[in-house]
Amino acid sequence: MNMQTSVKTRGIVRGGETLKEHRDRLMEATKRTKHYAGLSKMALRDAEPIKYNKLFSRLRAGVVDARETAKKIAASPIVEQEGELCFTLYNAAGDSILTSTGIIIHVGTMGAAIKYMIENGWEENPGIRDGDIFCNNDSLIGNVHPCDIHTIVPIFHEGELIGWVGGVTHVIDTGSVGPGSMSTGQVQRFGDGYSITCRKIGENDTLFRDWLHESQRMVRTTRYWMLDERTRVAGCHMIRDLVKEVIADEGIESYWKFAYESVEHGRVGLQARIKAMTIPGKYRQVGFVDVPYAHEDVRVPSDFAKVDTIMHTPSEITIRGDGTWRLDFEGSSRWGWHTYNAHQVSFTSGIWVMMTQSLIPTEMINDGAAYGTEFRLPKGTWMNPDDRRVAFSYSWHFLVSSWTALWRGLSRAYFGRGYLEEVNAGNANTSNWLQGGGFNQYDEIHAVNSFECAANGVGASAHMDGISHAAAVWNPEGDMGDMEIWELAEPLVYLGRQIKASSGGAGKYRGGCGFESLRMVWNAKDWTMFFMGNGHISSDWGLMGGYPAASGYRFEAHDTRLKEIIAEGGAIPCGGDTDPENPTWEAMLPDARIKRDKQAITTEAMFKDYDLYLNYMRGGPGFGDPLDREPQKVADDVNGGYLLPRFADSVYGVVLTDAGDGMKGVDVAATEARRRAIRRARLEESVPVSDWMASEREKILNKEAGVHVQQMFAASFKLGPRFEQDFRAFWNLPAEWKLMEADLPIPSYGREYSMDISELPDVKTVQFVEE
Amino acid sequence: MAYTKTKIKDLVDGKIDRDTLHTMLSTPKDKERFQIYLEILQEQVEWDDPIILPLGPKLYIVQRKSDRKWMIRSQAGYDFCPWNENWKLHARIRVRNTAAQMEELYPRLMAPSPDWQVIREYFCPISGDLLDVEAPTPWYPVIHDFEPDIDTFYKDWLGLAVPERA
Repeated sequence: MNMQTSVKTRGIVRGGETLKEHRDRLMEATKRTKHYAGLSKMALRDAEPIKYNKLFSRLRAGVVDARETAKKIAASPIVEQEGELCFTLYNAAGDSILTSTGIIIHVGTMGAAIKYMIENGWEENPGIRDGDIFCNNDSLIGNVHPCDIHTIVPIFHEGELIGWVGGVTHVIDTGSVGPGSMSTGQVQRFGDGYSITCRKIGENDTLFRDWLHESQRMVRTTRYWMLDERTRVAGCHMIRDLVKEVIADEGIESYWKFAYESVEHGRVGLQARIKAMTIPGKYRQVGFVDVPYAHEDVRVPSDFAKVDTIMHTPSEITIRGDGTWRLDFEGSSRWGWHTYNAHQVSFTSGIWVMMTQSLIPTEMINDGAAYGTEFRLPKGTWMNPDDRRVAFSYSWHFLVSSWTALWRGLSRAYFGRGYLEEVNAGNANTSNWLQGGGFNQYDEIHAVNSFECAANGVGASAHMDGISHAAAVWNPEGDMGDMEIWELAEPLVYLGRQIKASSGGAGKYRGGCGFESLRMVWNAKDWTMFFMGNGHISSDWGLMGGYPAASGYRFEAHDTRLKEIIAEGGAIPCGGDTDPENPTWEAMLPDARIKRDKQAITTEAMFKDYDLYLNYMRGGPGFGDPLDREPQKVADDVNGGYLLPRFADSVYGVVLTDAGDGMKGVDVAATEARRRAIRRARLEESVPVSDWMASEREKILNKEAGVHVQQMFAASFKLGPRFEQDFRAFWNLPAEWKLMEADLPIPSYGREYSMDISELPDVKTVQFVEE
Repeated sequence: MAYTKTKIKDLVDGKIDRDTLHTMLSTPKDKERFQIYLEILQEQVEWDDPIILPLGPKLYIVQRKSDRKWMIRSQAGYDFCPWNENWKLHARIRVRNTAAQMEELYPRLMAPSPDWQVIREYFCPISGDLLDVEAPTPWYPVIHDFEPDIDTFYKDWLGLAVPERA
């Protein structure tokens, strides 16, 4: 006879709870009291505010210091130049206390990994002990995409677990189907490359040999992989040492209280900032991005993925009178057969990265803000998939494009209150991503992912232009990197790097412009490259009369004969593709095979020495009516290379004059007349919205739209019944009008059948949002 | 941190100095900003119906003096609709849905493809001012982008009397 007895064993958490008991108790108290961990009072902060702040300052400085020191260990320019790393300190329950600078989206993602270990009994098997090292990059449990590799180290004090520290770097390759960290060729996660689920990879502060041997051969860029890992381990150990020093100085009781009160502090702080900066009410917006996979240059293994689709995310922000808020994404697209899906944690954590740049610009970035926010992400959407096959490698494709809409919502609040300094028309679609691989100039297997697009254009504010070639939403400290470093890292010579004229959205205040780099393949062997960015759709909209940023395109040139042209002393392409409507490079490359089109996503194409690749970084959206822009600023934009001259007239109504030395000035009187004429033309060419609605309704009734547009609506109707109701009500559609994916002439695998990771044996997923 | 009316006007006019801007961005917000901001905006419009809430550089919720109704009004004085409706439904619209129309705004290849995305411009029927731009797919409903809870904002958040609403 088998008898099961329950034997209470002492858990590893300080005080004797198991990790699971500890987290359950905290979550129950949070739910019951609406205060994190039931902390309706913050005892340490109230009684000893100086000590509390000292703890905060010392730990925060130490975490930042660890990041700055550790990144020098890395060889990968993504980490060393771009700063694509971050370290975060967690309490025993896996909730973040504070974080370093850098890619702070991982405040949430590494916490999700810790919580997965807690909920799935890692404490019993494989066991969690002082000196252990864990590795995770599993996007099905919370990571953004597989190239973000987490190293997680538990922190013990006198034999009991008191917290965790996590470090993350963006590695240059994960051994996916195509080279580069955010590749496009695969349509399921099995092609995304090496996937590691909270695996114990070391103990006694030493990495296991089997791990080292296995992991180094799972990726193309072994050297970068191994040095990145040392970067993460070193940073984690620095922070663990720091925590021990702080405890030695301030006492474990103070540290323990701080580790929980700081989270509640973050939650309360968010609520206070919402009241101080916004306006209660409802805000609605929407984001889109194109997935143009029907094109011949997108080579995927599965016919059912070979379709053009549009990803769609409407959002409604509700700010309540008590300063709490809810973000609802009803109507979002289903996950798809591409690499642009995301986990709920990466979607929500990324929103915190945005908020740190306006709503909560404090150093206290932790999970408190997450506990202060209600998210609703319907299950089955691209950002909360219900299928374990989905790929994630470039989840950012739509993350950045769906989030940019949220800036508009919040900016309406900031504008209404007069906090014009906080208004941001939106963020750029952070692309293009130049990726590829083969044998490099050092005759080694190599992969590249140029991170130049950590410096896109910023959206305009309500009082100034967006900053040009300056930022990416996912890394507040991003940088375009030095050309000389990229030339060391990639077998690609720079023939030019210049501001991308007219890439920023027009407006009274224009969006910041992106930039472009012209690269020539040099000393590469068996080399490939591909493009990754938005093409048919501009992700952002502009705000209050501002226009969206320009969208993307590709330029690549093969069989250029540049070697001979250079030898003959002929003219060669250099600088930028200044005006793609009037290109100049083609004439210099009469025999070349050139691809110049809107296909801004491709898969691996073969390149050889002297072939060319244009890397164009996008701009940000504009704010306000362009006719209200100060005319001299328009002339300055033309003189500075930010605006092609013909748009001074057609967009801004500014009549330029020659100001000498090749510079342009403004004919003030002619400009005033031109602007009056444009306003008249606007009225003549426009119609009452009701008239336009009547004609657009006819198009809907007759199903006059591309299949990709119809598929987008049909998929959103299925997952978002309220979205469909609102659509039908707005257009006053008859009941017999139906739009079903099954009726469209393209496949829709995944429409009816899916299987979630939670359906696997012995797997408990952690739900962070309302579904 | 409080700011003088002159400094806030500089911000509204796009002429704020960098030091003050940095202070505005990096220190707690000045609660009284809203009233000073309204004063500045009221001085800049040619009508004297009180502004309740600014919605854009040339768009406001106002209390119409004649009947105390709250209306959404353009700078040029066009009353679109009651304050809690979608003003865009009462504006004039131009939809850019051809390559030629897109290329008035963007260089060829840098413009959205009109069978994927269109640009909808909403104009004031009096002045032709461009008050908003939407850039959705074809068929997309006009978005009612903001429904402020002005009563709670005035009364509970700012401690102000809610202006009369007929």
